[in-house]
Amino acid sequence: MISCVRRSRSFPVLLMAGPLLALVPAPVQAQAQAVAGSQPAQELRDELDRLRREFEAVRDAYGARLAALEAKLASLPGAPGAAAAPAPPAAEATVPPGAAGAGGPAGTLPVYGGGAGTLSKIFNPDIAVIGNFLGAVGENDVSPAPAFEMNEAEATFQAVVDPYARADFFLAFSPEGVEIEEGYLTFPTLPGGLLAKVGKFKQQFGKVNTFHPHQLPWVDSPVVLENLLGGEEGLNDSGVSVSKLILNPWIFLEATGELYQGSSGVFQSFERSDVSWLGRLRGYRDLSESTNLDLGTSIAYGTNDAGPALTTRLVGLDATFRYRPLRRAIYRRLLARTELVWSRRAEELAAVSSFGLYASGDFQFARRWFAGARYDWSERAVDASLVDKGPSIVLTYWPSEFSQIRGQYRRLRYGEGDTANELLFQFLFSIGAHGAHVF
Amino acid sequence: MIKLIRRGLWTAGLVLSIAVESQAAVRVVATTEDLASIAGAIGGDRISVQAIARGYQDPHFVEAKPSFILLLHNADLLVVVGRELEAAWLPPLITQSRNARIQPGSRGYLDASLTANILDLPTGPITRAMGDVHPQGNPHYWLDPANGRHIARAVQQKLAELSPDDASYFAQRYQEFDRRLTDGETRWLAAMAPHKGTRIVTYHRSWTNFAERFGLQVVGYVEPKPGIPPSPAHQFTLVQEMKRDGIRIILVEPYFDLKTPNAVARETGATVLVMPPSVGGVKEASDYIALFDYNISLLASTIAKTGAK
Repeated sequence: MISCVRRSRSFPVLLMAGPLLALVPAPVQAQAQAVAGSQPAQELRDELDRLRREFEAVRDAYGARLAALEAKLASLPGAPGAAAAPAPPAAEATVPPGAAGAGGPAGTLPVYGGGAGTLSKIFNPDIAVIGNFLGAVGENDVSPAPAFEMNEAEATFQAVVDPYARADFFLAFSPEGVEIEEGYLTFPTLPGGLLAKVGKFKQQFGKVNTFHPHQLPWVDSPVVLENLLGGEEGLNDSGVSVSKLILNPWIFLEATGELYQGSSGVFQSFERSDVSWLGRLRGYRDLSESTNLDLGTSIAYGTNDAGPALTTRLVGLDATFRYRPLRRAIYRRLLARTELVWSRRAEELAAVSSFGLYASGDFQFARRWFAGARYDWSERAVDASLVDKGPSIVLTYWPSEFSQIRGQYRRLRYGEGDTANELLFQFLFSIGAHGAHVF
Repeated sequence: MIKLIRRGLWTAGLVLSIAVESQAAVRVVATTEDLASIAGAIGGDRISVQAIARGYQDPHFVEAKPSFILLLHNADLLVVVGRELEAAWLPPLITQSRNARIQPGSRGYLDASLTANILDLPTGPITRAMGDVHPQGNPHYWLDPANGRHIARAVQQKLAELSPDDASYFAQRYQEFDRRLTDGETRWLAAMAPHKGTRIVTYHRSWTNFAERFGLQVVGYVEPKPGIPPSPAHQFTLVQEMKRDGIRIILVEPYFDLKTPNAVARETGATVLVMPPSVGGVKEASDYIALFDYNISLLASTIAKTGAK
C-alpha cells in the first residue's frame, strides 16, 4: 500500500519534470538558434509561454488528481498506507523480515519518540512471564507440599539472533532461587537437513521430560519422572543436540543424538570425559486428518552419582494417540499417552534395575473444559523393591488461552506403605508474548 | 562392458533429467487454502502447491503436526497470512523444517499481508483485557477481493524471482486471474448493491474486510471479545441490541458451535447463516473466486429472504 502511494506520487513528477522541463526546452533552444536571424524573437517567446502554460496545466491536473487520491486513501478507515503515506520516512521503521515468523511484528511500525536510540526496541525479544501457583489439601506424610506456594515464575525471552540462529531462554524463579531452566541456541538452517541446539535444555528423553510445568496436563509430574528421571527437574543439562529427519515415503521419522556435561538428577560426571549421551528415534503418522499416532524410543547413558565408573542406563518407550476433529478443533480433543522407563543403575555392590510407567488420558469436552486421568506405577532407581503407585483424576478450566485453573485428586501409595490422599490445585497464568510450543 | 557403461550413463542421464525436472517446479506451501488457491492460479503447472490449514478449520488453532514439518522441509516457497494469524503454530514448524529456504527473512518466505489493505489496526494502547486482539490488525484481510489481487501480485513477483525463466508465464497468469477477479467483483458488487448498509451480527471478527467491501455494517459479535467464548450476560445484551435494532442475520464461521447463535436467533427471530471464510470451507468454495461466488449468492439471497436492512 505504502509503496503504491509513493510510486503514484513519483510517476507524475517524472512525467512532468522529465519530458517537459528537461526535453522540451532543448528543441526549443535548438530551434531558436537555427532561426535566430530569420524569425522574430516574439514568436519564440510566445512558443515558450505556450509550453509553460501547458506544463502548468498538466502539473495542476496531476496535482489535483494526486490530492484527490490521497484524500480517498486517507478516508479509508484503518488503511495503513493512507495513514503512513504523508508521514516522513523517519517516523517509520521496517521490521526485520525474520521477526515475523518468530511471532514478532512484520511490516512497518511506528517508532515512538523518533530518535535512533529507540529503534533498538524492535529487536527486543518476546518476553513472557508464566506464574505457577499451587495449593494442596489432604494428607501426605512422605512428601508433603505446602498449603499454598508460588511454586515458580518462569520468565521467557525468545528472539531470532541472526540469519542463522534463534535463542530461547527460560529462567525459573522459585522459592529455592533462580536458575536457568533452559537457555539455548537453535540453528535451523544447517546443511544436510540437520537441526542443532547448543546450551542448557531439557533432554529429549520421551515426552514429559521435555515439558515445562505449564505444559503438563496435571498439577504434578508423573511419579516415574520423579523416581527414574531425576526428580522434579528431570533430565536437564548443558550440552549439544543434533537431530535429523530420515525421509521416507511412509512416516515422519526423526533421529536425535545428544551429548551432555553430566550434571543432572541422574547423571553425574567426575571428570571432563564423563559426558553422558542420549539417542532418540521418533516416528509419527497421521492416521486421518483428525487422528495421529506418535511413537518414540529413547536411550540415555552416563556415569551416575554413586561413584566414578559407575553408570546408569535409561531406556524409554513412549506412545501418544491424538484425536482432534478439525471442524470442532476448539471444542474437542483427546490425548492418550503412556511412557515406560527402564533404568539400570550401577552401584558399589550391585546394579539396580527398576521400571516405571504412567498412562494417561485427557479429554476436552467443552471449549474451556478438560477432564483427565492418570495412573502411576514406578519402582525407585536406588531400590527397586519400593514401588509408588496410584491413580489421579484432573479437571481443568481455561478462562482464556492465557490462564488455567486446575484441580487434581491424587491417591498415591508409597513404597514404604503410606498412602497419600490429596487434592492439588493450580493457577497457571501467562503475560506477554510466549512462543508456541513444539507439538 | 561398453554396453554396460552406456546403459549406466543412460540411466544416470535419465535420473538426472528427472531430478532436474522435479527441481524445475517451484514447491509452494501456503498456510491456508485461500493463499494456496491464489498461488495455484498464478503458478499454474510450473508450481506445486499445498495448504496446511483446511478451509473448515479455525486458522488460529492449527496443530503443529510433524507431517507439516515434512511438507515444509521440501518447500521452495512458504506463503503466510501473517498479522499473527499463525503465531500459535507456525514458528515451531518453520524452525523444525530444517529448510533454510523458507526461514523468515529468506527468499522463500512471503508474508502476503505486507501489500494488503489491513483494517482494525489498533490506534490506542491494547491489553489482553480486550481478548485475543491482533496488535498488527485484522488478519482476515483476504476476504476483500481487492486484497486477493494484492496477494496475487505479491505471489507473482515472488515466483518470478524464484523462477525467472517462467516470469512471463506468471505475469500472463496474473493478468488472467486479475481479469477473472475484476469480472467477479463486478458481479458481486452488483449482487450486493441493493443490500448496501445491511446490518449484521457476526460470531468472530472475521468479516471486517468483507463487510467493508460489500457495504455491510457489522453491529455486534456473538463473542464478547475476540477469542473469548460467549457468556450468558453478553448473550442477553446482544439479544436486546438485536431486537432494538432489528438485526436479522447472524454470520457464523463453520468451525464455531451453533448453540449460542441458534439461541440468539430463536429469541430475536434472526437467521443464522453459516458462511465459510476460506476456500474449502464448503465443497462449493473450491477456489478463491468460487468462495466469493458462493458467499455472495448465499448472503444476497438470505438478506432478500429475511428482509434484513
